[in-house]
Amino acid sequence: MTDVLIKVGFVALAALNGAVIFTIMDVKGASWMQRRPGPLHVGLRGFIFPLAEILKFVQKEDIIPTDVDRPVFKWAPAYVVVSAVSLFAVVPLSPTLVVVDLELGVFFALAISSLSTIGVLTAGWSSANKYSLMGGLRAAGQLIAYELPLILAVVGVVIQAETMSLVGIVEKQIEWGVPFAFSGQIVAFLIFMIAATAEMMRVPFDMPIGESELTMGFMTEYSGIRFLIFYISEYMSMFVLCAVASTLFLGGYHLPFIPTEWVNIYGPISLITKTLILGFILVAVRWSFPRFREDQLQNLAWKFLIPASLLNILITAVLKVVL
Amino acid sequence: MISYFQNYVTVGAVLSFGLFFMMLLVGLASVLRPNKPYAEKLTTYECGVDPVGSGWSQTYVRYYIFGLLFVIFDVEAVFIFPWAINLEKLGYFGLIEMFIFIFILLIGLIYAIRKDVLKWE
Repeated sequence: MTDVLIKVGFVALAALNGAVIFTIMDVKGASWMQRRPGPLHVGLRGFIFPLAEILKFVQKEDIIPTDVDRPVFKWAPAYVVVSAVSLFAVVPLSPTLVVVDLELGVFFALAISSLSTIGVLTAGWSSANKYSLMGGLRAAGQLIAYELPLILAVVGVVIQAETMSLVGIVEKQIEWGVPFAFSGQIVAFLIFMIAATAEMMRVPFDMPIGESELTMGFMTEYSGIRFLIFYISEYMSMFVLCAVASTLFLGGYHLPFIPTEWVNIYGPISLITKTLILGFILVAVRWSFPRFREDQLQNLAWKFLIPASLLNILITAVLKVVL
Repeated sequence: MISYFQNYVTVGAVLSFGLFFMMLLVGLASVLRPNKPYAEKLTTYECGVDPVGSGWSQTYVRYYIFGLLFVIFDVEAVFIFPWAINLEKLGYFGLIEMFIFIFILLIGLIYAIRKDVLKWE
């Protein structure tokens, strides 16, 4: 029992810290890359501003318009936050420092990450608002379109690793000596990162919440604490998808040239460093690229990424069987 | 077998933590926030103008085809994962089987593209 509680506490800490760190990195990255002032006034040169943000949202009035479908509207953020938090359970920090090492680890991660589609769609539909409806439908279309390349890109890794457990995948990469991203899965890695960016609905894939035409998309009618929950879970899922990507493709907790007995010490540091590097790339992409148009976005998924990932599966399978 | 179920108990605990986290924040906010609703504040947002018609307006059901294609490819993933794990054992037999399977799916996708049902306008 205490065992489970400690694990849940660890997930809580990891999820909240991940969200806070990525919020800071996103906003500070924006100010650095676009030469804007950025948050500077809230203590420690603005580095504790996410806490101030949470305090602000907690004190705001929670406006629920009269037209909305109340129970659905109230519980829509729950799907998003549950899907973001529970992904933290399967990411291993070292062979032993892992909340649960499921046999179906990758499959669980992919399945649970698609739960947020339901939250987004119900949020858009229950708001009884035209902007929300448009945003919700666009978001659902985008999420299902990019779900497929995300899943199919992982199949290549599973073929190479012959297991779906995340610890098993990292051990296989240690056995190979090279992370999968540099031993045949570079295409899968790129597809995975593009699809993951679209799943997070970040720029350049932020058509569903394009503020210049849809106000805030499916979140238009949300205010106060429920908006904060959507906001936090976006950064949580960003952190955890980067962690999953570095586990699957970049060797996770492993560092070369260091004796593996010390893995409990350097494992977490290594994984978090890789996650932060991937996160920094996402931030850089966000602040340098313009937004995709809706039809370009759908074409990229259906006509390019899905065929490319299917071909990747076939090529990986041929290499696996023939060699 | 026991440890198998223990794993999923932990997963269940983490899932319910997500729900608990949301309820905690909402509960905390309901103590701290002001609550002064009035009719104008509770109208649907439409750039400050009075809303026209219902929010559940009719939209073009192009999502139907996308949804259908999504289901096809998602079910395919369920078949591909067990195959991917056992590829070494299945050898050339499994390889050719999967070539045929993916080839049929790709033909379906190409047909959908050529039929212009994936055009988003």
